[in-house]
Amino acid sequence: MKKTDALIIGAGPTGLFTAHQLKLIGLDCEVVDNLDKIGGQCIELYPDKPIYDIPAVPECTGEELTNNLIKQLKPFDIKFHLNERVDEVKKDNEKWIVKTNSGTVFSTPNVIIAGGVGSFEPRKFPLKDCEKFENKSIFYSIKDKKIFDGKTVSIFGGGDSALDWAVELSNTSKVNLIHRRDDFRGAQATVDKVKQLAKDGKINLFTKFQMTGIKGQDKLESIDIESDEKEVKTLQTDYGLGFFGLIMQLGPIANWGLNIDKKTVEVDTERFETNQKGIYAVGDICTYPGKLKLILSGFHEGALAARACFKLARPNEKYRFEFTTSSKTIKGRLGVKSD
Amino acid sequence: MPNITYIENNGTSHTIDVPNGITVMEGAVQNNIPGIDADCGGGMACATCHVYVKEEWFDKLPKKEDGEEDMLDMAFEPKKNSRLSCQLIVSDDLDGLIVNMPSKQG
Repeated sequence: MKKTDALIIGAGPTGLFTAHQLKLIGLDCEVVDNLDKIGGQCIELYPDKPIYDIPAVPECTGEELTNNLIKQLKPFDIKFHLNERVDEVKKDNEKWIVKTNSGTVFSTPNVIIAGGVGSFEPRKFPLKDCEKFENKSIFYSIKDKKIFDGKTVSIFGGGDSALDWAVELSNTSKVNLIHRRDDFRGAQATVDKVKQLAKDGKINLFTKFQMTGIKGQDKLESIDIESDEKEVKTLQTDYGLGFFGLIMQLGPIANWGLNIDKKTVEVDTERFETNQKGIYAVGDICTYPGKLKLILSGFHEGALAARACFKLARPNEKYRFEFTTSSKTIKGRLGVKSD
Repeated sequence: MPNITYIENNGTSHTIDVPNGITVMEGAVQNNIPGIDADCGGGMACATCHVYVKEEWFDKLPKKEDGEEDMLDMAFEPKKNSRLSCQLIVSDDLDGLIVNMPSKQG
């Protein structure tokens, strides 16, 4: 079991800056995020889109903002647990016991939820029948591409993941690529490659088609696709792959006994604490009168929640407010020389 | 104020006055109409404010800009008359608009 002063759920901009604030006041912390990379919505939804309302940063992209926040954390040693989703938060006397889906267990007096709109999960096929094949014949990500060797694979989607896998698997499998329109949103070079492979008969391309039916007993046998003009085709297939991007789901947070209003968690505006002592919510996931879903608001909320954590992490010490410009202690933590 | 009708997937219909200048998505969210999630808050980054626009209205709406069709690829059961409601800005021209919500947003 890992012991820490505060556990942050979510490695988006708010979670990152909250970690900075915790370390600055002398608390340690660890960060858990369901994505495989740091940055949250900034990196997953809009890495290239410009942001214009970060104070003192006239313009930056989601990726640049993330990189700068990571840089700001450089003086500190912070353990990130990526690809892990917090599933359970349970009270144990004065501590919270937090468990992730990978089996990591934390014991901490403070849990800070900086979870945005929830955890990112793959979007799935609309057809309900697909569920029974999931992780057997139907996948939304690929862990072991060898299982597709010599098989027929039907890939759905029009972005980079769908196109890259269509190209890659066309070497070893029979590939059907199905997309709802003629245009693809993936990189032009890959789109060109896919079209060439389709011309060469290496990929069977079906555009303006969507899945309407699925057949099979224990494993997938065939998929029905229908065109905009209502033409139906049945494709014999061993595997179905769907690449429709990610969606945010509130997920297990709903089960932790918190007051939740429209997928957001109610907090006070002094400590950003929820109705559970020692659990805080900051950033897009928290709500209070006047809440603005801005990154800058998340920074403010994280700074206050971090101070609130001090009381529970160091019950016998008194927190003293200090400026980074003048505090020797803080400069020591940052590893910079004092004047 | 323009009148907009939101029809849930179960058939429940909500007709409300939505002020000019805000989006069809915001009209739904501000009036607690279920069926539009708008996870990203209107940034055209999530496709969870997806609606179907009644045929007679589809051609009257401003055309989709770059990026909207890309996002619709990820929407739940997109159709020819699919739009992202965060991209539809309410004006007098939209008075009487009817939008249907998909069975879910993702």
